Amino acid sequence: MSRAGRIARRTFLVGAAAVAGGLAVGYYFYRKPFPNPLEDGLAEGEATFNPYVKIGSDDRVTVIVPRAEMGQGVATTLAALVAEELDVELDAIVVEHGPPASAYANVTMIKDGLPFPVFDESTLANLARDGVGVVGKFLAIQGTGGSTSTTDAFERMRQAGATAREMLKSAAAEKLGVAAGTLRTEAGRVVDPASERSLSYGELALDASALRPPSDAALRPRSDWRLLGRSQPRTDMHAKVTGAPIFGVDVSLPDMLFATVRMSPRRGARMVSIDAAEAEKLPGVVKIVPLRTYLGEGYGVIAKSTWHAFRAADAVEAEWGEAPFPPDDAGIWSELQRAMETDAGTALRNDGDVDTALADAPRERVVEAEYRVPFLAHATMEPMNATARFADGVLDIWAPNQAPTLLRTVCAREAGIEEAACNVHVTYLGGGFGRRLEADYAVFATRLAMEAGGAPVKVIWTREEDITHDMYRPAAIGRFTARLGENGLPEALDMKIAAPSIMASVMPRFYPALSALGPDATVVDGSYNQPYRIPNYRVAAVKAPLPLPVGFWRSVGNSYNGYFHECFMDEIAHSSATDPIELRRRLMTDFPTALGAIEKVADMARWGDPLPDRRARGFAFTLSFGSWVAEIVEIADTPEGIRIEKVWIAADVGTALDPSIVEAQLFSGAIYGLSAAMNQEITFADGMVEQSNFHDFDAMRIHQCPQFEVAILENAGRMGGAGEIGTPPAVAALANAVFALTGKRVRQLPLSREVAFA
Amino acid sequence: MRLTVDGKTIDIDAEPEMPLLWALRDLAGVLGPKFGCGIAACGACTVLIDGAPVRSCILPVAQVEGDVTTIEGLARDGTLHPVQQAWLDGQVAQCGYCQAGQIMSAVALLDEIPEPTDEEIDSAMSGNLCRCGTYPRIRAAIKRAAAMRAGA
Ligand code: FES
Ligand code: FES
Repeated sequence: MSRAGRIARRTFLVGAAAVAGGLAVGYYFYRKPFPNPLEDGLAEGEATFNPYVKIGSDDRVTVIVPRAEMGQGVATTLAALVAEELDVELDAIVVEHGPPASAYANVTMIKDGLPFPVFDESTLANLARDGVGVVGKFLAIQGTGGSTSTTDAFERMRQAGATAREMLKSAAAEKLGVAAGTLRTEAGRVVDPASERSLSYGELALDASALRPPSDAALRPRSDWRLLGRSQPRTDMHAKVTGAPIFGVDVSLPDMLFATVRMSPRRGARMVSIDAAEAEKLPGVVKIVPLRTYLGEGYGVIAKSTWHAFRAADAVEAEWGEAPFPPDDAGIWSELQRAMETDAGTALRNDGDVDTALADAPRERVVEAEYRVPFLAHATMEPMNATARFADGVLDIWAPNQAPTLLRTVCAREAGIEEAACNVHVTYLGGGFGRRLEADYAVFATRLAMEAGGAPVKVIWTREEDITHDMYRPAAIGRFTARLGENGLPEALDMKIAAPSIMASVMPRFYPALSALGPDATVVDGSYNQPYRIPNYRVAAVKAPLPLPVGFWRSVGNSYNGYFHECFMDEIAHSSATDPIELRRRLMTDFPTALGAIEKVADMARWGDPLPDRRARGFAFTLSFGSWVAEIVEIADTPEGIRIEKVWIAADVGTALDPSIVEAQLFSGAIYGLSAAMNQEITFADGMVEQSNFHDFDAMRIHQCPQFEVAILENAGRMGGAGEIGTPPAVAALANAVFALTGKRVRQLPLSREVAFA
Repeated sequence: MRLTVDGKTIDIDAEPEMPLLWALRDLAGVLGPKFGCGIAACGACTVLIDGAPVRSCILPVAQVEGDVTTIEGLARDGTLHPVQQAWLDGQVAQCGYCQAGQIMSAVALLDEIPEPTDEEIDSAMSGNLCRCGTYPRIRAAIKRAAAMRAGA
């Protein structure tokens, strides 16, 4: 067992006890399966087999995909899991999100929050993972995040399809008077090959659903898959090319009012005064409502249209108090710096004896560097929004959201009602990237609905409100030291990273009475758990006490640790005059999956071949969310600035259930990372965010978009995620390419601080 | 105020300075065009006016002269427009939020330049932001649509 494991376990136990609030008492409760939430909402003639499958007597098969569709294709892939086992075609089923319910808890998401590298297969790591499975179910968080949806659903939803299939066969066997074992299923029918008689699922559904579910329905072996492992047409594509009203902003209800909010531009500051007299006189205004909530203060404007609300909100005069954090970047960085210097942090990886190895290192063998990354906004294409109606003691919320059970908890609490009186309707998401795990926009909508006399209120934020009121990707500082051995390989690597803790920031937004104890693995995620063997290897996390709202941003800690770790590796390679890929070959000999991805990408790009003038390449590798990803970025020096010409990605995801969707996620993730690496930063002045819209917080445009070549590998033993894994290595590979092209080692993002992009 | 939207005449009771986007979305219930930025910086709200792409978030409704076409008016009798079909075939959309605007810009581009070069695609489409990064498939779909129309 590694030392990292021992340290982590102790702190984990403290954290788990706090989170679970009495694990032992809850044990029996967890064992009982959750009730099937579909039982309450069945239509005439409709039957439900389990929380994932409904079949109507009209043969309509509905599959519940209780995860947020935010572009990552989860609706298609998870529906295919059920369809595969149930023997129905994907275009013959209806996919619904379903109600928020404990039955849909995402256990994998919580498991992956544990401080163990994925390759740590020690008993301890597995035990803890199983233990947290209990915690996850106990808390019953239905979340879409951490690239866990597919992994989490892989067994469960195939099982749901297989169980329903077997029940349908049993019902048919009874009707046909033959043994169930002789029957087949295909295209929504149970067939008796001997007599060539068949019955449709619709004819069998009511009887079948009354049967006892078998506990041993066999899952199809991979060799028999018809749908899985092959690219499927996405179930949401038609709606998305025809402009169908599927998003949160598109919710339309009778007598609906429109609204917007303006919360304190200094996050966490009080609203000292508000003067709405002029604004109230503007046409179209229904009501201006001061908002004082546990998530911040400000005001909302209810109006006859969104535009009327925006205009009146501009006309309100309000004064704001001081921000509870240093008001500008200089102060924020020095706070981070101080945390770095005064706090020893928690070593989440600690192999060998780093202190001794570094103590007597000869000067010329030491490589040292300090890196920084800025705060970042998510800037989902669809601005934050939610629609709420509070009538007769019942609260209904329509929202594009990644964690509906949490959303229900906070909104019901805000309205002072039982959760049972709060219905959450999840729409399609115009982008999530982690921002929509939060529920702030729904809490504000709840408050406005409580002032609207029972009318539904659709609350849409301006882009300016969205950029200035995000839960940002944390800024971070990393300080790194390496000692090189005679052979040029690092003998010791010491990494210390300080950042505001995401867990400490997120937790009180949902459970104000709870605090996140113990270390926060997200601070070093992507640095402490990489598949390198270095004899003395320490990675310490410092939780910087900065009360700025930070949150999950596509690939979370990996988004900057990929940059830290892999750019510093590039520095090590450069210092020892070793080719960067060769360095990895030598340090990753114990990890064939990593090597496989690296060799593949090197092959694809013909790494090592001479390049034309004014071109250069960078390489990086990051293991994140259980997937092993190597990327090469090629850039060119042009008169307009640096152009990103081409990106090669080789990703080992273990099992790729839908290659087209995985490919799309890989280049999507890379573009998201490249956008940030090139130009994005959120900065502060006078306690307020300085950026406000796409003119000063832009992202990659089509003319900046490189060509992509993607290879999907399936050698890893476990299935990994896909939605976030393209992001971390893209950032580092671009920075390394910039070094190769210009000789500038840019140690603070965005790269545009030091070089210009075309 | 009278507008022609997707071939239908609609009367809207709007203040003249109300942007077309909000008149369409909140008053006329035409929800295809999306709100992304409100400052003509993202293209999510793109509609066509007499065939030319326009950012409806900054265009006062009183200044609309000509027929408005939104994403909802592209398909004819249930048959997708070739650009929509190319988008479907190429599995372009991810979250989908920017795609109404992307498709409208692509329709305008192909109406003007039936076989655009890479540079022409880039310059016609660079005002349409996609946070999901669907650009590689957008490029491919525009070429597919161009080929489809050439073959038709
Ligand atoms: S909403 Fe009109 S360009 Fe962004
Ligand atoms: S598909 Fe999501 S923003 Fe373009």
